Amino acid sequence: MKLDINKKIDIQELIKDLDKYTPKRRGWHWREGRNENRTVGDFEFHETSEGLKNFIPLPGSRGFHYIDPQPDCVVTTEIASGRFEDDIRRMRMAAWHGADHIMVIRTAGQSHIDSLIEGTTQGIGGIAVTRKQVRASRKALDMIEEEVGREINFHSYISGVAGPDIAVMFAEEGVNGAHQDPQYNVLYRNVNMVRSFTDACEAKKIMAWADMLQIDGAHNANATAMKAWKVRPELMVQHAINSIFSKKVGIKPENIALSTVPPTAPPAPCMRLDLPYAVALRDFFSEYKMRAQQNTKYMESDMREATVTHTLNLMISRLTSADIQSTITPDEGRNVPWHYNNIAAISTAKQALNGMDGLREMVKLDREGSLGTEVRELKERAVLFMEEMLEVGGYFKAVESGFFIDSGYYPERNGDGIPRQIEGGIGVGHIYERDADYFAPVSVHYGYNNVPKEFAKASDAIGGDTFEDRSKIVFVDELDEIDNVNTRLKEVEKYTNTSIVKPEVEWKADGIVATTIFLPLDERTAEFAAIKCGEKLGLEDVTVVHKQCLHPSEGTVVEIKGRVKFDIDINELVIPEKVVVLSDDEIRADIAEKPMFVVAATVGQDEHSVGLKETLDIKHGGIEKFGVKYLYLGTSCPVEKLVDAAIETNADAILASTIITHDDVHVKNMRKLHELCIEKGIRDRLVLACGGTQVSNEIAKEAGMDAGFGRGSKGVDVASFLVKRRREMQNEN
Amino acid sequence: MKRADDYEVRRQHLVNMSDEELKARFWELAEKIVEPMLELGYKNTTPSIERSILLRMGFSSLEVKPIVDGVMKKGLMSKGAGNVVWRLSKKLGMSVREAGLGLVEGKYWDEVDTLF
Repeated sequence: MKLDINKKIDIQELIKDLDKYTPKRRGWHWREGRNENRTVGDFEFHETSEGLKNFIPLPGSRGFHYIDPQPDCVVTTEIASGRFEDDIRRMRMAAWHGADHIMVIRTAGQSHIDSLIEGTTQGIGGIAVTRKQVRASRKALDMIEEEVGREINFHSYISGVAGPDIAVMFAEEGVNGAHQDPQYNVLYRNVNMVRSFTDACEAKKIMAWADMLQIDGAHNANATAMKAWKVRPELMVQHAINSIFSKKVGIKPENIALSTVPPTAPPAPCMRLDLPYAVALRDFFSEYKMRAQQNTKYMESDMREATVTHTLNLMISRLTSADIQSTITPDEGRNVPWHYNNIAAISTAKQALNGMDGLREMVKLDREGSLGTEVRELKERAVLFMEEMLEVGGYFKAVESGFFIDSGYYPERNGDGIPRQIEGGIGVGHIYERDADYFAPVSVHYGYNNVPKEFAKASDAIGGDTFEDRSKIVFVDELDEIDNVNTRLKEVEKYTNTSIVKPEVEWKADGIVATTIFLPLDERTAEFAAIKCGEKLGLEDVTVVHKQCLHPSEGTVVEIKGRVKFDIDINELVIPEKVVVLSDDEIRADIAEKPMFVVAATVGQDEHSVGLKETLDIKHGGIEKFGVKYLYLGTSCPVEKLVDAAIETNADAILASTIITHDDVHVKNMRKLHELCIEKGIRDRLVLACGGTQVSNEIAKEAGMDAGFGRGSKGVDVASFLVKRRREMQNEN
Repeated sequence: MKRADDYEVRRQHLVNMSDEELKARFWELAEKIVEPMLELGYKNTTPSIERSILLRMGFSSLEVKPIVDGVMKKGLMSKGAGNVVWRLSKKLGMSVREAGLGLVEGKYWDEVDTLF
């Protein structure tokens, strides 16, 4: 199976013969070509990696020949709709925008299931991580990475009471990275401490064999602590415990990543708190990798605010370092992430990282001042934390006494930490000391193993294990007759490979749309009025996803979401045919034979000049390039002046630009231009064309123009039209 | 426990350390903290570790659970669930997979008693 750019990924085809699928590779992949200068378009970049074969660049790239420089760090996106078949489509979109680390969140409660789970049941807040879902996703990513021309890392979680089981499955299925941190189980999942660390030894050993990248769970302290900046010393301790523990078990340091989050966010003076912490971490953990996560602790439903916080986080990444740049969707404060918000988050990262390329070459952190003092203090507080842990009798005793997630800035203690008992938690009592004749006949194992003398290695006893012989893996398909992918695909059959379509944000044909409404009302009234607006628009299940008071009585902006009740049949759409553009040579030949002169200006009270200049100027591939001569009258030009100039110069055409649309002034200007030309008796010998971001060919024609050129139009489109229209007029005469 | 911030008092022994010395101290402490946990991992096993071993021996997740449950009931976790299946297969002269599937079906558990 191979992907075709012009076709949607076929899920039915994807899950066919899945039992026989072997993942292409295993192990973590860093981007190629880092640490070398690279010319992309007009610029030299200092912090990029190799470009993609297929990509969608940032919107602003229009001014820079549509370049899409790929930052040096791996970029993560988290996808978690609960249905892997829909997640896969989003993974493909994310890859085109520059994500190469796809993190799959697990369904709520999976960490307490004492076993692997199988099948394709629907998840809540994530997917049930099963062999089938993992294999199908990896298979899709194997194809997607070929489409974009870069390896994609697939990532999920090895935590809970089935850690070693999941680690084995991930290793067999080519999963490239995972969260693994026994402290996470202890503190947040109440898994028994001894069980958690004992399991972690085996899980980490398996991860080491599979060359997986490991991310720790320390960032959760950020999200849990009341005042996240106060737990900075503890965060360093948590990072240290998991890092050194993993290294001792056998994971190579370059595969051990710290999950680090700038702890605070505006309106706090976050840079002054977050930057020293970031520097202290990078000093102490120079041997390990930095996975820069973004702050979610202080995230509300305002996507603009979230994006600014994330941009500040990205600035810390560029001022210090980031090996993996994680992204959080700006709608995470509202709902489970929607398709386009994954893309928004990836774009925020790409945009900021591109923009701050090479910043450190010009801006140096001043360690002589308060930064140095702060860094030192954080480090000392972390050291003191560990000293006291050992004084009270080590890790377990420290956890029992509630050392962790205390809201005090260590050594300050507020007595509100999360205490766990060594004889408590899930899985307590299920620890068995190995006897002298304990034996595990597998190729990868941590700890004591009494391999019988007749075998060179343990797995020889069974003629090789699944890590050595894939054919021994037992693939379990579906266990639930109703809750599975086949049932779900049947439900959306109407929308699969047909002309019927429905809007969606998460799942195929979920029908959800969102809309922004300003109401001149106080916040509470506006909220209910907005819901009523949604209902009157014909939406079902209308809920408010965001509201922001602009003034206690003058107004509130509300964003609502709701479900549409209709389908669209694309066969019934009236889509104007795309204009065929003449070749450069044909246009040039035509103009050479019969010269053309145009007058051009931005009309009305409008100072926008870039679009029109690009349309005219030879440098930007404007009409001048084809030999068209022009007179440019500048901006805020009265329509009358433009028409008079056309008469005086005996022009062949008028090109008017109109960007401002307030009170439909763009339409009014076009109409005025048309009518004035009629009045002056020149309309039938003059070509009239108008351009602007909100102009379309349809709107312009409706207003009396011969053509309109909207966003994305280029000089060649205009030149081609001018030539064609002139030919038509000659025929008409 | 509640305690006011006594950082200035506590830090006295760190004040004169260089940044390098402080970093070395940090990692020395971290190593000391994790030593007992590495030791626990070395000496002990758990149901999930044993399940992970059986998975790698060629059993499905549905098959490994009853085997490990049975081994726990027999009080043989200290020997290793994989070891139980392997020894059983040798004793009965059948493949590891056949022996394990037998256990899943409730067969051969009497034989298991004689393995150690």
